[in-house]
Order: sequence, then C-alpha cells, then structure tokens
Amino acid sequence: MMKSYDAIVIGGGHNGLVCAAYLAKAGRRVLVLERRYVLGGAAVTEELYPGFKYSVCSYVVSLLRPHIIRDLELARHGLEILPLECSFSPHIDGPGLVRWPDPEQTRREIAAYSQRDADIYPLFGRAMMQIARWVKPIIDMVPPDPTSFRLGQVRDLFHLGRRIRDLDDQTLARLVKMMTMSAADFLDEWFESDALKAPMSVSGIIGTYLGVRSPGTAYVLLHHYMGEIDGAFRAWGLSRGGTGQISLAIASAARSLGVEIRTEAPVAKILIDDKTASGVVLEDGTEYRAKAVVSAVDPHRTFLGLVGFEHLDDDFVAQVRRFRMRGSSGKVNLALDRLPDFTCRPGDGLHVRGDIAVAPSMEYLERAYDEAKYGMYSRRPYLNVVIPSLTDPSVAPPGKHVMSIFVQYAPYHLADGAEMWTDKREQFGDTVVETLAEYCPGLKEAILHRQVLTPWDLEQEMGLTEGNIFHGELGLEQLFFLRPVPGWARYRTPIRRLWMCGSGTHPGGGVMGAPGALAAQTLLEERAL
Amino acid sequence: MPLPTPLHPRTSALCVTYLWKEWAGYHAVRAYSTSPEREYNAVRQGAGLIDVTPLYKYDVTGEDAAAFLSRVMVRDVAELKIGRVAYLCWCDDDGKVIDDGTCARLAPNHYRVTAAAPAYHWLSHNAARFRVTIEDTSAKLAALALQGPMSRHILRHVCDADLDAVKFFGLVETRFDGVHGVLTRTGYTGDLGYELWVQSEQALALWDSLMMHGRDYGLEPFGLDTLDICRIEAGFILHGVDYHGAHQALTEAQKSTPLELGLGWTVTLERGPFIGSRALAAERERGQKWDLVGLDIDWQATEELYDQYGLPPALSMAAWRTPIPVYRKGRQVGRASSGTWSPLLKKNLALATVQADCSAVGTVLDIEMTVEWERRTVPATVVKTPFFDPARKKS
Repeated sequence: MMKSYDAIVIGGGHNGLVCAAYLAKAGRRVLVLERRYVLGGAAVTEELYPGFKYSVCSYVVSLLRPHIIRDLELARHGLEILPLECSFSPHIDGPGLVRWPDPEQTRREIAAYSQRDADIYPLFGRAMMQIARWVKPIIDMVPPDPTSFRLGQVRDLFHLGRRIRDLDDQTLARLVKMMTMSAADFLDEWFESDALKAPMSVSGIIGTYLGVRSPGTAYVLLHHYMGEIDGAFRAWGLSRGGTGQISLAIASAARSLGVEIRTEAPVAKILIDDKTASGVVLEDGTEYRAKAVVSAVDPHRTFLGLVGFEHLDDDFVAQVRRFRMRGSSGKVNLALDRLPDFTCRPGDGLHVRGDIAVAPSMEYLERAYDEAKYGMYSRRPYLNVVIPSLTDPSVAPPGKHVMSIFVQYAPYHLADGAEMWTDKREQFGDTVVETLAEYCPGLKEAILHRQVLTPWDLEQEMGLTEGNIFHGELGLEQLFFLRPVPGWARYRTPIRRLWMCGSGTHPGGGVMGAPGALAAQTLLEERAL
Repeated sequence: MPLPTPLHPRTSALCVTYLWKEWAGYHAVRAYSTSPEREYNAVRQGAGLIDVTPLYKYDVTGEDAAAFLSRVMVRDVAELKIGRVAYLCWCDDDGKVIDDGTCARLAPNHYRVTAAAPAYHWLSHNAARFRVTIEDTSAKLAALALQGPMSRHILRHVCDADLDAVKFFGLVETRFDGVHGVLTRTGYTGDLGYELWVQSEQALALWDSLMMHGRDYGLEPFGLDTLDICRIEAGFILHGVDYHGAHQALTEAQKSTPLELGLGWTVTLERGPFIGSRALAAERERGQKWDLVGLDIDWQATEELYDQYGLPPALSMAAWRTPIPVYRKGRQVGRASSGTWSPLLKKNLALATVQADCSAVGTVLDIEMTVEWERRTVPATVVKTPFFDPARKKS
C-alpha cells in the first residue's frame, strides 16, 4: 500500500524544512525528501576531518526571521545564534580597519583614515535604518501580483503604495538611488576613505556576478542594515554547532510536529498528469503521492530537471532559462592546528571573532571582478573569513580552529568550460590560502586539512545550479514579484499542485527561512491541501 | 564604600569598562565589555566565570544542625542527602518569605546556607533550643560560578572529582589544581554550571587556573548584567527585585508567600511544625492571592506599536527591573517586576506578579509599554517558566 501525503517537499534544506514544519503545524501530513545523507542543503555542517565541524557552504546566519525562531521554538530544538559584532578588514601595510560594536571605538578607527568619514558613518547608519525600515516588511510578505485585481492583492499593493507615500522626499530619493546605483558610486556619495568603503561595498556583491562598480549593487547593501533593524534581534550571526545546526533544529521541530523526513532519497521526476502534479518518483523507482508537491530546489532544477520541458510552455521555459544563476563564488574550509596571527593586529581578540574581510581597496575588488568577467578566477580575490571556533568551541578540538573562507570571484563559467574546475580546484585553493597568508603569515603552516569548493562542486555536490548560492542572483530585476518569473512569484507554478518554496522565490537567498514560511502560508491560505 | 572581593585584583584588571555596582557591600563587575552580548554568548555557548563571593554564606554545624535548619527552612532539609544541595526559602511566622537561597549538606552535621540578604540574626535568633553553631563564612569563603555548556570540560582540567558523578544540585569536596574546596552543580543561569567554594586566600589561584584552562573552551569572565539576562531566561526570581523579603518590606502588601512566588514546590508541609508552617498550611487550603508568572510580550504588536511612531522597535539589550503595570481588559491586575530581551529565544520576556485568577498559562494580559513618552500597552501571554531550559542543564 503506497503511502499518501498532503504535501511532499523536495529538498531538505532550511527552506524546505521550514515549509514542511509550518504545514505540519497546521495539521498536514508532510514528507520531506533529501537527496544527500545529511539535511541542510547549503546550510549544512559536516565533520570532514575528525573533530572539526565545517559549515561547509553557508557560514553566517543572515536575517533568519525571528518569528520563525519563535513559531517553531527553534531554541528548544537546539538553535543558538551568536551575533557577529565586529568587522575586521586587514591590510598588508598599516593597521587595517576594525568596525567595533562600540560606536566611539569605531569612530576612532575610521578617523585614522578620515575624520570626516568618522563623523558621517553613524549618520549613514541612521539613513540606512530609515530605508531598511521601509523595505523590511516586504521580506515577510507574499509578493502581490501588480496585474491582479484580487482583493487581497490590491489591498497589499495599496499598503505598499501608502508606505511609499509616507516616506519623506530625502529617504525616497535615497531608496531610488540604492535601486539603481552601484555600491561604489553610492558609497562615494557619502564617504571618501577607500579603507572604509571597500569592506562596506562587498555586501553589495556577495553571491552576485557583478562588481562593486556595477549598477544595481547598492540595493543589496540594505540587506545588511535590515539585520541591524532586527535590532536587539541581531539577525546576523553564527549558529552554534555550525550552520547545519539551524537545519537540524528546524528538522527537529518539524519532526516533533509530525513531519516525515527521508535522507538519501533523490527525486528523479515529479509525476505530472495533465499539467497537474500528483507526486514524485525517486531514482530507485519508489513513488510517493500527495495533494501538493513543493519544490525547495532552485527554479532551473525544478522546471528544467524535475518537471521537464514537455509539461511547460516554451515561453515559460525561456523565462526560467533567463533567470540568472551565474555562480560567482567558492568556499575554502580549513582545519587549523593553531590560530595564526594577522600581522596588522595579532592575537585572538574581539577583532577576529567577527567577520574578516580581505577587501583592502575598491580597486582591489574591481580588479578581482575584471578577471572574472573573462572567465578566470580572481588571482587576488575578495575573501570573507570567519573563525567560528573562537566563539563556539564546540566546532573544533580545544585550542584548534576551523576557518571558513568565502571567496569571490570564482565564476562558474570558466573561459575553457565549467567542467575545467575539477582540474583547477586545488590551484584555486592555493590562490585563496596564498592571498590570506599575505595578511596572516603563519596560516599555511597551521593547516591540518583543507576543503575547496568551486562553483562546479557547489552544483555537483549541493545541487546549486551553476553554483549560485542564492538560487538565482539578488538583482532587483529578479526580486519581489519578479522572482523567479514574472506572474509566478507567489510560490505557484504553471503546473497545478506544484509549488516552490526555495531561495529562488521571494524574498530570496540567505539563511532567512522566509521563502519556506511564506510558501507554507500561501499553500494554506489557498487551500492547496 | 564597598569593599573589594578577594578576586578584585583579577576582575579589576579586566574590567576596562569601569562598570561596577555595589553588591552586598562589595564591588561587583556589571560588564567587562561595552558589548554585553559577548559575555552572554560565552555563558550560553562556551563558558562564563563570575565572582559570586558577595553572596551571604552561613555554615551551620553541630548535632542538631539538621533539626534546626528543618525548623527554619520551608523544606525538610533533614531529608537532604549528604553531597546534595537544595534550593529553598525561609519564612516568618506569618508564612511570608524572608529570603531564598540554597542549602548544601556537606556532612551529616554540616550545612551551608547561601542568602541574598544578611541572615545571621534570623538564624541565631531561632537557634536557642538547638545544639548548633552558626558561623558567618561570607568573608572567609570566596565563590566562583562557572556556567555554560563547556563548564564541565574546563573543570576536567582543574579538579580531581569524578564530574559525571556530580548530578544536578550535587556537591563534592575536591581539590582544584591543588586547592581544597567544594564544588556544587548549581548556579543562577539555568544552564549547565557549577559553583566553586574555596578559602578566600586561595581565590586568585583558582581564578587563574580556571581562566588558563578555560581559554580553549571559550571561557569569558562575565558580570551582573549578563547574569540578570540569564536568570530571567531561567525564570529565577531575585530578592529585592521580584519580591521584597519580609524583613525589608514596609507594608504587609509588599510581602509574599512561597506559593505566591511560585516556590510552593519547595515547601514540605507534611512533617513536624516549622516556622510559618501553620500559615502556609492555611494558605494552601484557601489558595494564594497572587501568582508569579512568566510573560511573553507580543513582538508583532511591539513592532506595530513602534511603527505608529515611525520607529523600529527599540529595546535595551540589558535586563530591566522597574515595576511596570499589567492589565487585563483595562483593569490593572498586577505588575511585571523584571524583564529582558532574550537574545537566544528572540522573545521579549518578563517576570510578573498577577492576581491568581489571571495566572493560567495562555492567559493574554496587557503590559504597559512607553514609546516616545506615551504610555501604551501591548499584549503579553502568560507562559511557563523557565523560558529557557536546555537539556544540558541536567545532563
């Protein structure tokens, strides 16, 4: 007798699990199918070297929605988030720059480069807060379809419109600028110091195949300040036990609500009859039926892989193809025998306990992008380093450390083909270590184990098409009611009973959980199951 | 002028913020860092170390020690096994709580009582008929609380005791890096944690040893600001804040009974008479007037309230302890006495004393919230305490 469910969620990443948990909370029978042996998708912890727990891909919790933590009682299920409070940007010559939790201390740091910038910095923060306060509710809202005349959606549009009307002219102007300008240009309007602008600008390019001087990158700066609004909330941080612990906590909550979870259960196809999904078939031939199938994998894999062209209009297929994935980053994880000193600021103080950005100047960052434009990885890439073992001793043996290095740019499409990444993987890893060792000379000697993930690996191992960490770039043209495809932003698809709940849907990537929660809310509201 | 504790040479060297407060006549660190979360996270993720020497401590010895303390305390500590600690309170004849604290049994005729307020007079006043000696060991003994998930790992480097045998609220006499002392698995954070009791002269050596071995486990010294957040998450009440001791209260209305404070479980009525037992038995019959409850203050409503003023919600990162009115359907039914934003639970929490008919879990009350100098209210739901209760606490 084949088991039947109200909903089957494809993909046991954090969004799939959040969606499943909310559906189960509403009393539905839910099955989650995960291809890998471990849950979490890209929010995963793996012990690849004995005693060292790597947050293999995603390494910071960005904007995990506080209401999800409360609704699913994630703290009770083992979720603990440590805020990242410091931002350290080391330099080869000179002291580098640290932005501290203490505003006066930060002011003194910036003043070493520019007295003017030091005074403006808090004003910039205030301006960003004002804009972010306006943008933030959008994150937790199902995008209205601007062409729809359905009452609820018209009401949502009206509310949005009214919020815009309430903005003062200055804030509105800034918002429009942020939506159109490059991160570099936008920051130039405020600051003069390169040492400050460079580490600030990188939040505009993370996970995007664009440079700091590319238009449209300013908007993503805002995301950083939304974390600030989450206030006391401190949405940015590290998860105790590694990022995978977030997924495990959500999975534990989901199980306690009755969700069934199967790992090593790769879905081969979504079963579709007459443009209606009825279930899934696994690679081993097992079939599961459900009233709704919810895909947490990215739009490319969902439609071009699991659904298949034969069930879709050409126009829709073309739009999905146009949805830009373009992975641009890689990851290097290190197990360290000891903590190497940064030449410009030795020691294991607070400065190395936050995030460490190798972004010494705007020119450095733009040069890194130049190489990527022509299908090469950056010879001197932008690096975002965290050493979680300093604040969370549970991820490494006593006195030893794990170091997570996010690397940009590593374009998926190498000039000689994406599959060439398998040949260049270790070479790429060497480049990353050498780059960091320029700031941190003892690094090489301290390495016990190294894991290098190229965009090719992210695609092959983690199932992220083209290695895009956000299931599709976070450009304005791919956000809100345009994500992933205009007209299909409300978690629905052209296939009846097939829904989406991954980062490829609104509000997008990062360990927010919002797509999963909003998808579940939509399914329940639309009485899909 | 407060005095330095025996650990002052270490704590003062580290306290670069100069944030201190007076605690029972001693200087006590409020926060070592202007970023209080660092200390909070150490306690919840790694381990934290706090000097709790200012606690009042009394050693009660003699052949009547068990009988005497059972007479004074609401809990039958004669039943307490050697090597165990009990949390309890003590009352006056009217059954009003004087103070709460712990009582440890070190030997058949040796107990140690900790208190938030001076208790020598009350203990000796009631000891006339008993063959006991009461010694105020407050100044003689230094105390360090080592709290957090990594605390046991650190102790393995420092002390000889079989730590797996020391259960929750257990006690063992041991040596810490050669220093003789007592280890109890107790604390005020609601987490896995221990308290270490040594002679004052040995305190610095113990601190140094813990800090050295704790380095690889994320150990950080922490202050009273962090302790306050943790104890509210753990649902622990504080003398002088969440209730007034019967000896400090200025009116009858300011006094509380154990039942009203949620400490009914510490009262053993089914035994011979003890101080306050008649009043407590009567109260158990008729039911208490007040209940101390946990409140979960609605976050959505808080955001919406602030939004009306064009502001993002602004909460202090520190715990608060100014009483705030609590209403039900527009009528005041009690007060919240302390509260905090819980960084871990992402909840805005409070401890409140409310009328007994409003105290059922799930009851929705309204709590006053001042935004831009305007007094408004937001809903707050009565929830079970502890708010945070990790399995590791007892594991």
